[in-house]
Parts: sequence; C-alpha cells; structure tokens
Amino acid sequence: MRPFHYVKANDLPGALQAFAPQNDPTNAAPSVNAATQYLAGGTTLIDLMKLDVMRPATVTDINALDQSKAGQIEFGDNGLRLGALVRMSQAADHEAVKSNFPVIAQSLQLAASAQIRNMASLGGNVLQRTRCTYFRDTSYDNCNKRNPGSGCAAMDGMNRNLAVLGTSNDCIASYPGDFAQALIALDAMVEIAGSAGTRMMPFAQLHRAPGSTPQIETTLTQGELITAFQIPNLPWGKRSLYLKIRDRASYEFALASAAIALDLDNGTVRDVRIALGGVSAQPWRAAEAEALLKGKPIDDTMLLAAADKAFEGARPKKHNAFKVQLGKATLMRALRDAATMTI
Amino acid sequence: MRNSNDGEGSRSGSANGSGWSRRTFLGTSFGSTVAVVALRDTGNAQSPAAAASPRDKIAVSLNINGKPHDLSLDSRTTLLDALREHIGLTGSKKGCDQGQCGAYTVMVDGQRVLGCLILAAAVQGKEVTTIEGLTGANGALHPMQQAFAEHDAFQCGYCTPGQIMSAVACVKEGHANSADEVREYMSGNLCRCAAYPNIVDAVLDAKTKMEA
Ligand SMILES: Cc1cc2nc3c(=O)[nH]c(=O)nc-3n(C[C@H](O)[C@H](O)[C@H](O)COP(=O)(O)OP(=O)(O)OC[C@H]3O[C@@H](n4cnc5c(N)ncnc54)[C@H](O)[C@@H]3O)c2cc1C
Ligand code: FES
Repeated sequence: MRPFHYVKANDLPGALQAFAPQNDPTNAAPSVNAATQYLAGGTTLIDLMKLDVMRPATVTDINALDQSKAGQIEFGDNGLRLGALVRMSQAADHEAVKSNFPVIAQSLQLAASAQIRNMASLGGNVLQRTRCTYFRDTSYDNCNKRNPGSGCAAMDGMNRNLAVLGTSNDCIASYPGDFAQALIALDAMVEIAGSAGTRMMPFAQLHRAPGSTPQIETTLTQGELITAFQIPNLPWGKRSLYLKIRDRASYEFALASAAIALDLDNGTVRDVRIALGGVSAQPWRAAEAEALLKGKPIDDTMLLAAADKAFEGARPKKHNAFKVQLGKATLMRALRDAATMTI
Repeated sequence: MRNSNDGEGSRSGSANGSGWSRRTFLGTSFGSTVAVVALRDTGNAQSPAAAASPRDKIAVSLNINGKPHDLSLDSRTTLLDALREHIGLTGSKKGCDQGQCGAYTVMVDGQRVLGCLILAAAVQGKEVTTIEGLTGANGALHPMQQAFAEHDAFQCGYCTPGQIMSAVACVKEGHANSADEVREYMSGNLCRCAAYPNIVDAVLDAKTKMEA
C-alpha cells in the first residue's frame, strides 16, 4: 500500500471541500486512478489499495456522515429513501425494506458475509469494482481498466467469471455487485452531491458501458458524492425477489443472478421488471424481455422466449460460454418463483 | 502488507510519556468541518497539514476492550496491525489480510467487522472488542469460548478467535436460530481444518447458555 493523507470529513460540506484541492480539472470522470478517494466501509478501497491497484494520495473518510440523513432509511408516501452511508446489514434487516421490496433486502442479504455487510455502505456497494483477476493482479500489465490502452488479458485468459452482456472489445470485466440489480429493476434514482449542489439522476445512468474507455466506470464527476438512493413506491414491489446462483451456497459472488418484480393478473403479466447480475459488464436491465412478457401468461413457452430475448446479444468467451445457458435458466426460475410467491 | 516504519513512537496507555513529549503534535483543520491530524518529528504548527508528507505518523487514540491507547501510526496501519503490532493483542489473527477469511473478526461498537480492512485511524472514538476482551475479569471463559472447547470446534485453532467473535455477534444479532441459519451467518469465517460441524454445534449450544 502506498502512503496517503488520511482526512476525516465531519459532514457533507467537509467531504466535498476535502476533495476540492486534489481535483484534477483535466480529468472530468473519476477512475480507479483518481488521486482522492472517499472512504466508506473500505471493503473495496482498502482491499484494492493493499493490492496496489488503487493508489490515492488522499483518502477522505466519510463515515461520520452516517450521523446525518445520509445514514438513514426512510419509508413513506414518496417511497423508500436509502442513505448512502446506511450499511448493507441495516437495509437488509429493515422491516419496511423486507416487506415492501424483498428484492432489495435479498440482494443485500445474499451478498458477501455478515462482517462485510456490517462495514460496507450502500454508496460504496454500487461503486465496488470488478473481481476480474487481471484487474486485481498488477503483475499483468494489460488491463484497460487499470492501464488505459494496454489491452485486455482476460479476452483470451481465465474469463470464466466475466461478462457476456454489455462487454466491448476493450473489456469483458463483469460488474460483481448484487444490490445494483435491485435498484435498476425498481427504477431507483440516485442523489448526488457536488460542489455545485445536489442532483438526482436515474440509477440506470450511473454506470457506463465499458466501450473504448473501460477505466471510466460511472458518470460521476470528480469529487461527487452519492448521498442517497430513492426508490419510488411500487405496490406490486411485494412480489419481487433476488435469485443468486454461485459456486458455493454462501459468501460468493454471483455467476448469474436475476432481480425480478412482477405484477400478476390472474396468471397474466401486467407488468414486470427484470435485471441481471453476474453476467454483465454493468448493472443490466433486460427491458426487451420485459416488453415481451407484458400481457402474456407465465408459462414455459413465454419464459423461454423471454430468456432467449434477454441473452440475444450475448458475446461469450472461451470459459464463460456456460453463463448464457446458466443466465437463462436463472431468469426463468426467478420468474417462476416470483409468480408462485405468496404475498 | 507490512508497514516498514510503524514500530517506533507508539505506546499504550493514556498518560504522558517520553514517546510523546519529544514530538510536536500538530492539529490543523480545513475550514471547520475537516480534520487532519499529523504527528511530525519537526512540526511546524503553521504549515498546512495537507503539505506534510503522507509518510508522517498520525496520532490515533483507540479504545480497546475498555482501555485507551494513544498511538502514533503510519496512516496505512489497519486496526488489525494496530492490535497485533502496536498494542500487543495478538489474539486476532492475520489470515488472508484481504477480507476473505474472517480470522481477524473483531467488534466495533458491538458490530462484528474485519480488522484487516479497517484503518486504525477510522475507528477513533469507537469501542473495539477483541477476543482478549471476551473473557471475564476473573478469567472465566465466555460461554462461547467454553462451548468451542467442549465441542472440539477447532483443530489448529488459527481461525478460532475470529470464529468466536463472529459467533458471539451472530447470537446477539438473533441469527443463530437453526443449524442452517448459523451456517449462513457464519459463512464469513473460513476454517481450513473444516471443523464446521463442531463449530455449528458449539454456536447453538452457547446460544442457549448466553440466553439463559
Ligand atoms: C470477500 C468479499 C466478498 C464480497 N462479496 C460480495 C457479494 O457477494 N456481493 C456484493 O454485492 N458485494 C460483495 N462484496 C463487495 C462489497 O459488498 C463491497 O466491497 C462494498 O459494498 C463496498 O462498500 P464500502 O462502503 O466498503 O466501499 P468503499 O470500499 O469504502 O468504497 C468503494 C469505492 O466507492 C467510493 N465511494 C464510497 N462511498 C461513496 C459515496 N457515498 N459517494 C461516492 N463515492 C463513494 C470510494 O471512494 C471507493 O472508490 C464482497 C467484498 C469482499 C471483500
Ligand atoms: S481450526 Fe484450523 S483453520 Fe479452523
């Protein structure tokens, strides 16, 4: 780990201000290489600093913000507001979250371990970085996320865990998180504070497709801080779930996962939300599969058609081709489970 | 990860001692809302803290098992390294040091967390409990420690302090109601000797005693 300045922010203005002097105006988008990093739970940041993948000169500790609104969960007529400094375990165990949006609670509950869920914040969670071996192991020079323009060792390497959807010729790293799938399925908004004030943006616009600039992972600009997630009320959000398929029964990242919310009318789909995890380069909404299912019954023919649609654009590599079939099966099972849920 | 220059200048206890008086304590704040503390050998009280070298030690006050410890640490020092290398509490083990094995599980403000992924500087003002703090003042074992011994819930024992800290929290959280639940909520603690069945038995047994 490289030496760094440790700065503790006591509140939001302090956090933004601490970032300002380090700002590099020539680099609009923060990346893995940004000189200043916010520290929340540290379960991504400290890990990657130990691996020498991230080398910030300044680490700004924002954990004191959990004493403000950014550390609270509110549920009411305006929907659900999850502060960015709320810990994964707090949201997973929250009664209103569990009963109104089971998909959110489950996506958090099935992630990482009890210790990590106690540490990790929701804001840090959505910004966690890929587990691609070639990104995490700096002995490989060719990683376009770490060293822009250096190539991608994963293309012909050990790519079993990597993405089949949303990839580019420059990067096939998969987005490893679970919670983001629930947010994207529920049309969540993300609240972002910056030196110019606070803005709201659809969560679906937070993560960028890798394209030719995989080092730029989000649409945040330098110094911007996520303060909350706003999830609109969805009466049928009670019929929602997160199905996660992994190499072991617990404490493992998803090989394939599906976040589902389903509005059923006598066995016919009135509305449906589908997001896929483990298989994609960024949190993935399967909008075309959703459109196909609307007005149709949940039967084997329709499930297969929806699954085929969702993976139509898949670009598998040598070791991850199995993810297409696994992803389809995961989606079909999740839809079937949602249809038979007792609510 | 080992920090090369983190031994010197640290000591336990809160009273003034020679380790401190030689040094200049420098506290600076950006505006009113950010605090940077740096402990420097040749401190200049006027110089902005941001200009100081990131290699300078920083003053860190920790509360471990109810006792205060004033330390001078490299900012990179994790809570685990502060405990083991600076305070001498070697019960918490260093396993993978990457947040994957759970051998360094400790409690911060009653919550189980991973000592290897937390900066020591970030837990100032919080109460840290380690395996050494679990034993009663009279040396009596905690019911969870007793249960681990009685159920033969370890072989080499390296993972055990972390397992026990995690297990105590697991029971307190209300997540030890069945063998399945214990397995799920203890999955963050790996045991290379695979003592898992006995660990589950120990947790379930200790639960009844802790609740009695
Ligand atoms: C062993 C292991 C297993 C795991 N398994 C899973 C799993 O199965 N599923 C899963 O989803 N996750 C898993 N994770 C990832 C874990 O959930 C994330 O590391 C965690 O959620 C990140 O949150 P944090 O608060 O610790 O972030 P930090 O590490 O503190 O921050 C991460 C990044 O986000 C930035 N940041 C943090 N907060 C903000 C904010 N409010 N605004 C702007 N920027 C911010 C930081 O600067 C940093 O770059 C696992 C992690 C480990 C170590
Ligand atoms: S007893 Fe040896 S690792 Fe668990």
